[in-house]
Amino acid sequence: MAPKIPQQSPLQHSDTVATAGGIPQHAAHPTGWRRWVLTTNHKEIGTLYLIFSLTMFFVGGIFALVVRAELFQPGLQLVEPEFFNQMTTMHGLIMVFAAVMPAFTGLANWMIPLQIGAPDMALPRLNNFSFWLLPVSFTLLLSTLLMPGGGPNFGWTFYAPLSTTYAPSSTTFFILALHIAGISSILGAINIIATILNMRAPGMRLMDMPLFVWTWLITAFLLIAVMPVLAGVITMMLMDINFGTSFFDAGGGGDPVLFQHLFWFFGHPEVYIMILPAFGIVSAIIPTFARKPLFGYASMVYATAAIALLSFLVWAHHMFVVGLPLVAELFFMYSTMLIAVPTGVKIFNWVTTLFRGSISFESPMLFALAFVVLFTIGGFSGLMLAISPADFQYHDTYFVVAHFHYVLVPGAIFAIMAGVYYWLPKWTGHYPNETLAKWHFWFSVIGVNLTFFPMHFAGLAGMPRRIPDYALQFADFNFVSSIGAFFFGASQLLFVLVIVLCVRGGKKAPAKAWEGAVDLEWTVPSPAPLHTFETPPVFQSTDK
Amino acid sequence: MRLWQRPLVFGAGLLSSAACFAQSWNMPIGVTNVSREIHGLHMTIFWICVVIGVLVFGAMFYSLFRYRQSRGAKAAHFHENTKIEILWTVIPVLILVGMAIPATATLKNMYDASDAELDVMITGQQWRWRYEYLGENVAFNSNLSTPRSQIGGEEDRGEHYLLEVDEPLVLPINRKIRFLMTSDDVIHSWWVPDLAVKQDTIPGFINENWVKINEPGIYRGQCAELCGLDHGFMPVVVQAMEENAFDDWLAERKKVAEQEAQGVGREWEMDELMARGESVYQSICASCHQPEGQGSPPAFPSLAGNQQLINDLDWHLDKVINGVSGAAMPAFRNTLNPVEIAAVVTYTQNAWGNETEEIVQPARVADQVEP
Ligand code: HEM
Ligand SMILES: [Cu+2]
Ligand SMILES: [Cu+2]
Repeated sequence: MAPKIPQQSPLQHSDTVATAGGIPQHAAHPTGWRRWVLTTNHKEIGTLYLIFSLTMFFVGGIFALVVRAELFQPGLQLVEPEFFNQMTTMHGLIMVFAAVMPAFTGLANWMIPLQIGAPDMALPRLNNFSFWLLPVSFTLLLSTLLMPGGGPNFGWTFYAPLSTTYAPSSTTFFILALHIAGISSILGAINIIATILNMRAPGMRLMDMPLFVWTWLITAFLLIAVMPVLAGVITMMLMDINFGTSFFDAGGGGDPVLFQHLFWFFGHPEVYIMILPAFGIVSAIIPTFARKPLFGYASMVYATAAIALLSFLVWAHHMFVVGLPLVAELFFMYSTMLIAVPTGVKIFNWVTTLFRGSISFESPMLFALAFVVLFTIGGFSGLMLAISPADFQYHDTYFVVAHFHYVLVPGAIFAIMAGVYYWLPKWTGHYPNETLAKWHFWFSVIGVNLTFFPMHFAGLAGMPRRIPDYALQFADFNFVSSIGAFFFGASQLLFVLVIVLCVRGGKKAPAKAWEGAVDLEWTVPSPAPLHTFETPPVFQSTDK
Repeated sequence: MRLWQRPLVFGAGLLSSAACFAQSWNMPIGVTNVSREIHGLHMTIFWICVVIGVLVFGAMFYSLFRYRQSRGAKAAHFHENTKIEILWTVIPVLILVGMAIPATATLKNMYDASDAELDVMITGQQWRWRYEYLGENVAFNSNLSTPRSQIGGEEDRGEHYLLEVDEPLVLPINRKIRFLMTSDDVIHSWWVPDLAVKQDTIPGFINENWVKINEPGIYRGQCAELCGLDHGFMPVVVQAMEENAFDDWLAERKKVAEQEAQGVGREWEMDELMARGESVYQSICASCHQPEGQGSPPAFPSLAGNQQLINDLDWHLDKVINGVSGAAMPAFRNTLNPVEIAAVVTYTQNAWGNETEEIVQPARVADQVEP
């Protein structure tokens, strides 16, 4: 499935790559499997990340379908509650840490050097290491399902003491797996920051960078700030489980609420880690297909920064019912409401960019437009959840499940798909099959709404989340959700089909594959050769 | 309802959803002043979102339609306009301030649990609720009463499937009741939508909440925080009564509690203990150790044929009274009274072929629990 990256002739290599001192740097390309295992090339590593992410998207998806199959009707039909809990937990963990995050890192690997005119990432060997940590981490995580006592069964938020004193014995492996994934993210983030700050083409100022680069720069800082907090909290769990400490064990004088503060201090910025790069992708695609510059480039940058800063001040909106003091409750309500403002600024900007453009509807644009509409719906329910008194009713119900799936599936994941369709011509040299891509789009839009819209009603009507069986008044909503989920799941096979076909052939794409595209990646040939920008391009600041 | 009929009903529901919006498609208005206020906030913010949505999506779809390239639209090139940027930052802020004011008032009200006339302690346990009327010497457990055969589908499901309990929490209307909430094991969350009370019960913490119910009735809810295996099977049922009826009920319960306390002093027969023990076992222990004592190892050891249990009565008694630290087995010293503990230990010693002929008298348990 990997895009065919044309081999370059050895001659070309020794020309351009063997540098002073005569040490051939990239000259000896290993072949076969070693080419992929040992690669330090940002494009190959980007491809590895994307393939890994797509695979995990299906693994996590199958877990979700097990959950939806059980919830198809009231009663326990297919799985035991114990296994059901493992499925919800694994679904969440895999989707967050193994599907969405690596997909964005993959896109960053491929596109950031191309968009800033750099020959590669700043730290290529580290880049290889960051990627290969992931298969290790998630093989370990998935293997816990086969261990005695089963895998993690305490939700992707793994609240103590359910995840410590009362956890299955495989939890120690879960902690190790998460540590490894965390290290991978931190190293990836360091690499991205180093690349963006040091390797921009001469003449490209920070305020000239494409928004995908900007949003990733900010995301990388968020990652470096919060992944260590996650590492800290799981290490405390490790100590509680194996070394007799009582950080979170009330019986030993510990504090279970401390766990939640630490988790959400990581967790809320984490949700923005999963959406800021999506904002960047959409901000590239909408101007391209509206053939009109982004309405407010500067304000988009400021809004992203504002969201990132505010995201450190809102964590306890996930804890409105744990019994916080009134002042804390009020503070977190206000700060959460405030975060809707920069989010709104972004949406208004996209819409204004469309106004008086010259709009065409190729598949990347369709996904980007669906992103704007459906992400906004998720933002609305987020605003409702921010109203702390009302959250006493919404919290931990299917209404919350609907909210975060709207921001994550037609939000983050649609943006990733939009990005894939947008950049596939650059990666493979071929346009994706537009007819199939459009089918994929419409099936996905219908499937997503069928699955997640009824969840709003189920939640408002009183259905808690994470239950394997439910009262009869929730039956109709769940019935529709389950059908939608299988429909959505099946239509993702089309996505794979389009990608495979596109890698193997299709309409040839020129260097500038889209009429309205402006950024630097469209100046190199399609498919992008293995080594690009070995001589830095001259960057002309256009009117952004 | 037949499976194929569901989409039809759902479709019809969607069409008429505007009409029946107050019903089970939406948050219940509930039966307390607070729940009404919350419902009001919910609807206000909902309509604000609808209005913003209509404007934004209206502008968006207008542009998509009007400025299609296929219609020959030529792109303009304007961008950056500080005035507009400021405008669409300031207006949302003003709307939010308008929303924050009533929300703050409601929240302050929800946090004011002073001047309550009755205190009820609510304790979450895997997987039941325990209610204690503080100062009244009345306490009991409330377990799911839906039979497992309905869950498995061997029997038709009743109207209140999964939302019914053996003993509901009984409360008076028109009196302010303060809840003190905690947990014996993991975090649970006590939630009744009609009362708009959702509060986590956390081991080592006591949370406070309150309610003043306006109408008698039966109000149903569920545990809202993932608490392990049977999280989906720990409903909350509140029965709200007229004040007089409640006072009579409470007096009656006090009398029963006194009789029970006297029972500790007397000598019990094997048959009595076995009968009582079986009912305690099935409602408290069976969810983990299984109805036939077979357990589900490794998490929940089997009790039938368990040699340690058969050979060492003191050990057995100690585990039931004090629990097993670091494992899922809770301490029952505060949850069950001495009669119940004596009965369930006697039952376990003699059921499923264990047949040790051991009898534990409530007085012996009382000695171990008290000091
Ligand atoms: C307008 C912006 C947003 C606001 C005001 C907002 C607000 C909230 C609030 C208050 C909650 C807690 C609800 C509860 O548990 O009772 C929540 C949950 C959540 N939100 Fe958002 N949100 C916004 C955007 C996002 C975005 C962009 C993402 C991710 C892409 C996201 C992902 C999540 C997730 C994953 C949860 C649930 C976590 C869990 O309990 O498992 N939200 N949101
Ligand atoms: Cu959050
Ligand atoms: Cu629960």
